[in-house]
Order: sequence, then C-alpha cells, then structure tokens
Amino acid sequence: MQIFDLEDRGLRALNQTLHDQANDTNQTSWEIINPRGSHAIAVGLDAPIEVKIKGSTGYYCGGMNKQADILVEGSVGPGVAENMMSGTVVIEGDASQYAGATGRGGLLVIKGNASSRCGISMKGINIVVHGNIGHMSAFMAQSGNLVVLGDAGDALGDSLYEAQLFVRGTVKSLGADCVKKEMRAEHIALLQNLLDMAGADASPKEFTRYGSARQLYHFDIDNTGAY
Amino acid sequence: MCGIVGLFLKDQSLQPQLGSLLSDMLVTMSDRGPDSAGIAIYSGDGEFRSSATKLTLQSNAPDKDFVDLAADIKAEVETNQSKISLTIKDTHAVLTVPADMVDEVRTVLTKLRPNVRVMSVGEAIEIYKEVGLPRSVADRFAVSQMSGTHGIGHTRMATESAVTTMGAHPFSTGADQCLVHNGSLSNHNSLRRKLIRNGVHFETDNDTEVAAAYLTHSMQKGASLGEALESGLDDLDGFYTFVVGTRDGFGVVRDPIACKPAVMAETDQYVAFGSEYRALVNLPGIDVAHIWEPEPATVYFWTH
Repeated sequence: MQIFDLEDRGLRALNQTLHDQANDTNQTSWEIINPRGSHAIAVGLDAPIEVKIKGSTGYYCGGMNKQADILVEGSVGPGVAENMMSGTVVIEGDASQYAGATGRGGLLVIKGNASSRCGISMKGINIVVHGNIGHMSAFMAQSGNLVVLGDAGDALGDSLYEAQLFVRGTVKSLGADCVKKEMRAEHIALLQNLLDMAGADASPKEFTRYGSARQLYHFDIDNTGAY
Repeated sequence: MCGIVGLFLKDQSLQPQLGSLLSDMLVTMSDRGPDSAGIAIYSGDGEFRSSATKLTLQSNAPDKDFVDLAADIKAEVETNQSKISLTIKDTHAVLTVPADMVDEVRTVLTKLRPNVRVMSVGEAIEIYKEVGLPRSVADRFAVSQMSGTHGIGHTRMATESAVTTMGAHPFSTGADQCLVHNGSLSNHNSLRRKLIRNGVHFETDNDTEVAAAYLTHSMQKGASLGEALESGLDDLDGFYTFVVGTRDGFGVVRDPIACKPAVMAETDQYVAFGSEYRALVNLPGIDVAHIWEPEPATVYFWTH
C-alpha cells in the first residue's frame, strides 16, 4: 500500500500521482493521510485503484471519478463525487450539499446524512444514503437511482426527469412534478441490488418509490398563465 | 464567497487563547475572500465589566486623531476624568469610559474628532477590521494576543458595496452586538429606507449593515435575539449565513435555501463555526467533536 501525506506533499502532487496510475499499475492501493478538510482530493481519477482517505475532506472530493474505489473515513464537504463517471465513492460520515451532483455513473454511498441538493441533476449515478437527505434533493434528476434509508427534506425531486427515488422514511414535501409510484417486482429487485452493493441492511419492501409525473417535460399552452 | 469563523468558549481555561485560535481559523479562510477582514472579540472579566464601556474607534489618520485624544476628552468632560483611558492599536483605539458617560463622551468625540468612526460600543465587544488579508489584519491588531469569551471573524469578497474599512465585517449596530454575513441581500435598499424612517442611522451602503441594523431595531422594540432572527427569516430576502454575537451569546442562522456553507463543531470546551471544515481542524479535540451542518431557516444560539 502506498501512503501519501497530503499535508507534507500538497494537493497537486497528490492528484498528479493518482492520475499517473495507469490501468495496469501495480500500485493499486493508496492511503491519503492528513486531508484536514482540503478541497479537490482524488479528483479526476481514471484507473482501477483503491484510495482510502483518512479523515474529513472539503469541496469536490472524488469529483469526476472513473473506475477508482474511493473511501473517506470521515465526512465530506460540498460536491462529493460531482459528475462521477464510474467506480465507487463511499463516505463513512456525512456529506454536505449537492453530493453526487450531475453524476453519470458509478455508486456513491453515504453512511451518514447528506444535506441539501443531494443528487441534483444526476444523470445515471446510483446514490445510496444510509441516513437522511436535505431539501431540494434530486432536483432535475435525469436518470439513475437515489436510495434513502432515512428521511427526505422539502421539495424532493422537483422538476424530475427519469431518475428513480426510493425513500424508506418520511418525505417532508415533494417538489413540482414528483409523485409517489408503485413498487413493482423489477423495482424491488433493483433496490435489493443497490442495497446489497451499498452494504445497507434494509428490506426493499420498506421503501416508497417516487418518480416524475412527466407533466413538465414539454411546453403546455395551458400553463402560459403561470409565467 | 466570504469566509466566516466563530468561536464560543465554554471552558474558561481556553479564554487566553481565544484571539490566537480565532485568528488562525480566519487565516485558513483567506482564499474565500481577500478584500478585507475583521474580527469581533468579546472579552471581559465577568461581573465588574458592567461599570465600564469600551468604544472601539477607527481613524484613517491615527497619528493625528489618537494622539492627545484621551487628554482632550478629559478636558471636555466634567467628572470621572481618571476613569477614561485610551489604548491605541494601529488604526483602531479602544476608549474605555464609565458606562453612564457613553453619550456624553460620544458627543465630545464627534466635536473633537469628526473623522473618527465608532466601530463598536459595549461592555465586552471590541471590533478590529481593515482592508487586506486576514493575516495582515490579525497582525496589525495583535489579535492573537487577545483573550476573551467568544469571538467572530470574517474575510470578505465584496459584492454589494465598496471595499472599504467601513464596508468590512463585523458590523455592529447596537451595544455589544455584531453580525457577519456570507451571502447577499436583495431587499436591503427597501429595508434600509424603512429603517431610516424609523430613525435608524446607517454608515454605509452595505447590505449586511442593514441586516445588523434590522436585528438591533427589532431588539430595541423588545424582541429577544432569537425572536429577531426568526422574524429576519421572513423580512430579509436573499442569501445569507449569519453569525451574530451579543455580550454573552453567539448565534447562527441560514436562509431557507442554505447555499452558503456552514459547518459547526461542539465539544465540552467550545462551540465553533466555520464556512468550511478546514477552519476547524486545528481546534483542540476536534477529532472527537460533534460536527454538523446547521439546518436551513433554523436559529441556533448559545449563551454563557
């Protein structure tokens, strides 16, 4: 295992070192010590490596991740795994605003709570939050799945496209065009798989599915009075 | 952006370190706002401080304005000359006067030194703020050597008014009150006009000063700080994370959208606020602190 002291060597050296790992690197396991809330840790990775961050991070940890498996042994600031393409990002603590925003693939697991705008504009990523999520989560979410074992805040799924939302607890309020939907067999299977991948001990049957009512997709002449 | 830090000490043994902890926290936030920086420190020795009031003064020509100021004031007032003192710190000075002579001294001060500005008035509060980076501001005023019970710091990226000393945060609009702000208010002009009609005086065109004055005005009408902050959620339109200080209290409130970042940490020794977790990493016991993000539209408040 390679140990990288961020305080000693700095952020540019860290990300360059991680970027330099090719698909066939022998150095597949990395541990980053002294993150101390720094921004942009392990951003833009594109290799099948494991990166463990020993502490809490600031903005944009694991952003644009491809292939890598990133574990944060702490909490993360705003924009964790923003625009992730593939791989996994696992947070042992809490996540701040817009976790997994615009993510296109891969799996983001937050073992604590996520705050506002979790999964905003998600485009294919799977997000599993063991705790609660804040307001305006999954705003304009286009595809992928957001799974919440706890409760959701105000305006869940506002202006939602085709992302699927599964919430076990309560939803404070639904956003425009987001509605409760039935859980069919395929949703139970999909959710079971996501829960298994995220190491979450919960039964899919306890969840409610939410999705788009598809009323805001196109301009509707009857709505002109609202503008 | 702007960066905010705050530290409210529960453990008295940390009081001698307040200035140094707070200035280190603020320096960490430098890249959130390089325009100007300021710090409010509440110091004092409990019960007996109520007999004296501190006025933090600021001058662009301290060599001229502060020299002989104490003597000139003493010559103008009728009594208690021996209880008036002045401590000069760079462009700022702390004028200590008996609590019942504040109005008299302020009248004299305006007459003697019309260009000197009063940054804060109170039993406990002192405010130091200037254009420049947090490091230089903290060094100019030797903030790291200050002790106290609680303090708030701010580093500014100006949006709503000019980069000037008076436009820097914290803003103090009432005795021992101060407020710092990350964000921008969109209804500050209309609210300022309304407050002016109610007799409130403003020093700047800054949006944050309006929020501070709004809270002071609400409290003058009888609201508690908590009630004033609650009504602020309805009356202040825009983006804000506010941290406020009073003589013995410390509060935090975020607007309902809560875009502006905020992280809090609490241990048996302190409650700390940072715009980012980075600001908190050097605090004692941070590894075992309870760390959370304050909820939107929720008033948090601690008192000694």
